[in-house]
Amino acid sequence: MIKLQTKVKVLCFAGLGEAIGKCVEIPVDSEISVSELRERLISTYPEHERSIRSCMIAVNHEYVTQETAIKTGDQIALIPPVSGG
Amino acid sequence: MKHVAVTQEEIDVRHLIEWVQDRNCGAVCTFMGTVREFTHGKRTLYLEYEAYQEMAEKMMEKIGDEVLEKFQCTKIAAVHRVGRLDIGEVAVAIAVSAPHRKDAFQGCRYAIDRIKEFVPIWKKEYGEDGSYWVGCNC
Repeated sequence: MIKLQTKVKVLCFAGLGEAIGKCVEIPVDSEISVSELRERLISTYPEHERSIRSCMIAVNHEYVTQETAIKTGDQIALIPPVSGG
Repeated sequence: MKHVAVTQEEIDVRHLIEWVQDRNCGAVCTFMGTVREFTHGKRTLYLEYEAYQEMAEKMMEKIGDEVLEKFQCTKIAAVHRVGRLDIGEVAVAIAVSAPHRKDAFQGCRYAIDRIKEFVPIWKKEYGEDGSYWVGCNC
């Protein structure tokens, strides 16, 4: 779990990366789960709520569930619906 | 054995085929995903692919392992390209070898389906009316 008054860096890709930046910093003031981080992102970028909600979240290059706890130093990424191939 | 990569370079499909060939395999199956010009009557000029490189390679490694575990396949090589791709260029290529053709076909099909389902790579389509990220609500 992360400490008080810290910032979490979140990588963003595709249209979301173009809209809000490829790496955004979200201040958090307590221990935080993936679903809480998503809500913080939405309150920071309310105009992008729909696309943030459509994303999967990856922690340290793995898809994770909503309940996963974020730890200091984790690499967090918002993964919009993929379209490779 | 598996070989996966996400690269800016043009994909050398012949190299992938040679890499998977094996004296105990009687089948090599390949798949190439190429850039299509017309989709439902609309012209594409070119595509730009973006990847979350480290995660994409890790996911492709995982898919390679799944193919080797689930089917009687011997080797798999899978490469996805990123950056700008023009019409007809190869965006993704997969080669799978197996003792028998059924497994090679199944393994190859499974690999491309899984890549399209969850490897973090995105394409932006540039057409005559502008550009958009495919399949993305953003």
